[in-house]
Amino acid sequence: MTGKVVRIAGGQGFWGDWLEAPVRQVRDGPIDYLMMDYLAEVTMSIMQKQRSRNPHAGYARDFVPLMERILPDIVEKGIRVTSNAGGVNPRGCAEAVLESARKLGLGGKLKIGLVTGDDLLPDLDALIAAGHEMRDMDTGRPLADIRDRVLSANAYLGMQPMVEALARGAQVVITGRVTDTGLTLAPMFHEFGWAFDDWDKVAAGTVAGHIIECGAQSSGGNLLKDWRTVKGLANPGFPIVEASADGTFVITKHPGTGGVVSIPSVSEQLVYEMGDPHEYITPDGVADFTTIQLKQAGKNRVRVSGIRGGPKTDKLKVSIAYFYGYKAVGTLVYGWPDAYDKARAADAILRQRLKNLGLQFEQVLTEYVGVDATHGRLAGEPSPDLPEVQLRIGVRSTDKAAVERFTREIAPLVLTGPPSVTGFAGGRPQVEDIVAYWPALIDRTAVEPGVRVEILEA
Amino acid sequence: MATAKTVSMQLRYLAHARSGDKGNTANVGLIALEPEWYPVLVKQVTVARVRKHFRGMASRVERFELPNLHALNFLLHDALDGGGTISLKTDAQGKVYSTALLRMEIPVPLAVARQARKRAK
Repeated sequence: MTGKVVRIAGGQGFWGDWLEAPVRQVRDGPIDYLMMDYLAEVTMSIMQKQRSRNPHAGYARDFVPLMERILPDIVEKGIRVTSNAGGVNPRGCAEAVLESARKLGLGGKLKIGLVTGDDLLPDLDALIAAGHEMRDMDTGRPLADIRDRVLSANAYLGMQPMVEALARGAQVVITGRVTDTGLTLAPMFHEFGWAFDDWDKVAAGTVAGHIIECGAQSSGGNLLKDWRTVKGLANPGFPIVEASADGTFVITKHPGTGGVVSIPSVSEQLVYEMGDPHEYITPDGVADFTTIQLKQAGKNRVRVSGIRGGPKTDKLKVSIAYFYGYKAVGTLVYGWPDAYDKARAADAILRQRLKNLGLQFEQVLTEYVGVDATHGRLAGEPSPDLPEVQLRIGVRSTDKAAVERFTREIAPLVLTGPPSVTGFAGGRPQVEDIVAYWPALIDRTAVEPGVRVEILEA
Repeated sequence: MATAKTVSMQLRYLAHARSGDKGNTANVGLIALEPEWYPVLVKQVTVARVRKHFRGMASRVERFELPNLHALNFLLHDALDGGGTISLKTDAQGKVYSTALLRMEIPVPLAVARQARKRAK
């Protein structure tokens, strides 16, 4: 193969992923770009919760010390970074990274591209008044039903503002709610100068982005097929896209790293979180996953080709977080013999006590870890000889006092319920706020005029 | 379920899988362990059978075919107790629905079953 190859490395698959991965990607071999995805659906809700307590928070805090570790390398090697670590506060995130750069003596050597305009919260009432109903894509309810409980509302932006930031010289691009796939698409479109309406290229980049956006989940991590044969996961190689101008690409990883890049490892990632494979919809276009062709092209190299796509739609998805209520989960461990029966008896006692107290819950859910917590009744009848069973009870309510009282009903079971019980050293369960997710669609034209790209310099 | 020409076999010997979530829907991508076994999955891992397998655990099941990946994708609606942050489930994000599907038994042609048993060793 001849021609220009652009290497885009996956550095983080979610907020909380392996901290060494981006460092290894930068140091263990050649790459041109490092993409770091921090935003799962629920992540924006968590960041929103943090910003409501502290106006300087609301982004992936780990990103800043991580960037501090790799900034000297990326400045020296000219590696560029795309990341949605900005969460609900991309400006705060960018300023923190600039501060790190100055501390490292990189003043004058780093340009950050800041993408804003995904935050719809300030204009939410005006948008609703203008007829944008933002109905829940799952339930069909209009946003007005929960307007007074909305905590954040962010449109999923695509690659275009990031491509602009790269074109204006940004070495690090920090965004809020852009799509995971856009973080990979942007470098490809910037480097190859593809037209934004070249839908097959959009689809190819989208598939490349989908493959690397969950980090090592495409390179041997969480791989079910023949999992015992996956070696070296103490130092997993995170995935790298080697993109070519014709829209084909190879998925690989750095030499000397663990894990595996194979057709099964890539296939498992391709089907992850998949809906209708004919229509993988992003703000940049629609990819058809039934056109993807995979071929093993050497050890730890999978060639991906044949990808077809279609035009983008006139809507953008909106990720809305709203206050839902409260929950708490309590656990106790019951030991042999009759561990499962003891745990079930404890559950019955607890439920009777909650009832006697007159507490109201939207739901009380009991799971028996070791028996049915992951597969429910499909797991079948447990062995009567189980060495232990964990009783796990969760409650959910809009009444905080009820959830609070529930958290005080777990420990008493130790001395007032079935025997052979342990595992309560962690103390009372915590009452958690539930910040829930409301996916909706909005007209592209209501969002895109407000998108801004700024270049900040250290 | 088995006939003279088929034998009942658990999916785990014929396919691998990965699952995830979109809101309150779990998806399970089911991939044939050997490309030649994909037609068996297409024929036997039907919506009706998967719906029955997950009865009481999902409201509705959809199936999509990806012959290029030798894979089927299943959507299990309302399978996650509200999903995301609302769900009280250990597996609120449907990560292990993949292996829950692999528990299913399907009728398999004898020749395929022989290969699958050999592979499992």
